[in-house]
Amino acid sequence: MKTTKITGERIKQYLEEGKRFDGRKLDEFRDITIETGVSNQAEGSVRVKLGKTEVIVGIKMNVGTPYPDSPNKGNMMVTAELLPLSSKRFEYGPPRFPAIELGRLTDRFIRESNFIDFEKLCIKEGEKVWTVFIDVYSINHDGNLLDAAGIGAVAALMIAKMPEYDEKEEKVLFGKFTKTNIPLKKGLIIPTTIYMVGKNIIVDPTLEEEDVSGGRVTIGATESGVINSMQKGGLDTLSPEEMENILDLSEKVRKQVSSALGKVK
Amino acid sequence: MAKDYKRDDGRKFDELREMKAKVGVVDNADGSAMFSFGDTVAIAAVYGPKKMHPQHQQNPEKGTLRCNYNMVSFSVEDRIRPGPSRRSTEISKVTEWALEPVLMIKDYPNMVIDVHISIIQASASTRCAGINAAALALAHAGIPMKNLVSSLSVGKIDKQLVVDVNKFEDSVFDEGEGATDIPFTFTGDGKITHLQLDGKISKDQFMEAMNLAKEGAKKVYEVQKKALKESLN
Amino acid sequence: MAKEIERQVVIPGEVIAKGNNYLPGEGTEKNGDEIVALRYGLSEESNKLVKVIALSGVYQPRRGNTVIGKVEGLTFNGWILNVGASENAFLPLSEVPRFVAKGELADVFDIGDLVMGKIVGVNGRGIDITVKARGLGRVDGGMIMEVNPNKVPRIIGKEGSMISLIKNETGCNITVGQNGFVWIQGKKVEDELFVRKAINFVSEKSYLQGLTEEVQKWFDKEKGGKKK
Repeated sequence: MKTTKITGERIKQYLEEGKRFDGRKLDEFRDITIETGVSNQAEGSVRVKLGKTEVIVGIKMNVGTPYPDSPNKGNMMVTAELLPLSSKRFEYGPPRFPAIELGRLTDRFIRESNFIDFEKLCIKEGEKVWTVFIDVYSINHDGNLLDAAGIGAVAALMIAKMPEYDEKEEKVLFGKFTKTNIPLKKGLIIPTTIYMVGKNIIVDPTLEEEDVSGGRVTIGATESGVINSMQKGGLDTLSPEEMENILDLSEKVRKQVSSALGKVK
Repeated sequence: MAKDYKRDDGRKFDELREMKAKVGVVDNADGSAMFSFGDTVAIAAVYGPKKMHPQHQQNPEKGTLRCNYNMVSFSVEDRIRPGPSRRSTEISKVTEWALEPVLMIKDYPNMVIDVHISIIQASASTRCAGINAAALALAHAGIPMKNLVSSLSVGKIDKQLVVDVNKFEDSVFDEGEGATDIPFTFTGDGKITHLQLDGKISKDQFMEAMNLAKEGAKKVYEVQKKALKESLN
Repeated sequence: MAKEIERQVVIPGEVIAKGNNYLPGEGTEKNGDEIVALRYGLSEESNKLVKVIALSGVYQPRRGNTVIGKVEGLTFNGWILNVGASENAFLPLSEVPRFVAKGELADVFDIGDLVMGKIVGVNGRGIDITVKARGLGRVDGGMIMEVNPNKVPRIIGKEGSMISLIKNETGCNITVGQNGFVWIQGKKVEDELFVRKAINFVSEKSYLQGLTEEVQKWFDKEKGGKKK
């Protein structure tokens, strides 16, 4: 059941006073935990928790032919599934818009940042390149699956190890991991989504808070502040001043995310 | 068949892998659990009982148990494309048959109980781990049940029977008569609710396999019972 | 000689008691001379009646229960309410203490509104609700908290002792719906959040004996550390 109207009113009222139901400030993330090694069959996998929200993200790799317009670059594919096990709001069936959006936003965030060095994933130009599959699954939905997915994708890419490739047999030797990481560019990329609730902007909402949010802006940026990707979702409109406030808030909170990512080994 | 047969992972022929179980792993669910045999890890979440929609699918005589089993794409070496497959659809149905006999489903006409199972890491016996997690999740959700059900696989590799088949025994072994895989599910009082077989076996050896499975199921039951008993800690 | 049955977590199919003088209560059945649990929960025995107290599971509606439901639909002659049970509840026009003209329904209770009502019947068609009594009707102001309906008896306490304690310590008005919906009204939002925190504490420790003393201690600690 969606958050009731009266609780929604209370959430907005409290935000006017600079407070939230769980005692956090408007610019505070919940506890971010990142566990590695969720599946030993994956090239890399992590479990990310933002408070009670939980997602698992896994990396699988395979060798195939490159796209004709990028013969010397590897590929990437991001898929997200909102599992019905994670919330009574998700039904069994083909992916609906929220799952598709989650996949595409996470894809845009990773792809536009050039985090993965696709040229280093080329085995033989025009013939053989690596494809990186990033798969996101929700395990418990208590708001802000967007940032959980983005954080998970970055963390999983950081710890993933390339499998061995048998050039002669032209086969990937799954299960035989090299000590080589996926070629990534230096420095972290950081996802943050700023949610609009009434006249206030907050980060990392719980499900209750997300229900009363009228819009959001998802921003992907580097540690030095270069913005690589952005998308506004929802119906609430933004004035240019409000947009600037959103960018400022995103910049302010990135440290909370980058420090959690920095601890990933 | 040798009683001192050494398996590739060092286990005795009738030794199960280390099992782990925990309830309450998905906060939003009405009931949930995790169950693992060694490297095979399954989680299950139950939502319900709730009114069945669409209305024409409602059964006025008894409730409906709806299971859906899926494997996470990175649970196996060769990535599984997300989405249902014929195999996962069959396993979902078989899981329903394994669980329904112990549920007091006549108490819930026109209702549905949804059980969602995800395999996070696979190393053979995935459907068995899924059934064990689902049974725990159903109990945890407070669904009236006559008993738990406990599932495990018995295999025959060449002429040797083994309990709790691992990945090597399931898919790689191919000496002599090859590998036969027999997943079973037993109720707490020893009745079979689920059985499948792939391979080649004589009637006598099958009876032996069934007895081994029955004994093994008791060990699975103890792990499940402990998870529920310790749920408040 | 009859042995006293201890309060403990039991699982489906487990034998709770043996002996012909025990009677099977809720959540159990008699098999020969054994009382067997039919669900996961806490076993409890009193005067030879053995039952299993549910720790989990969706709300089981009962006649006489006061519940808080959310309006999810309007029909030509009433309102459809979601009370968190496996079925929806229905509040007919005839059970509202004022005349409501057809077409006026949304003015009285609109979609998304919360209504406090009483269950007058549970049958094959669903749950029947009335708001024809003092205190019933639309819920305005304050905030709503959802708890596991199985914990409601503990949150209310014996003869309301627990809920009274929470009301006194927080200065808030609290109405606990049997379906796990709790309506909290306080002068300050901080007070309402304090009630939420307290109720979460009771929910988590619901299986303990002597819970009221524990909660009093918790309040003393929370208030002792609070800077005003």
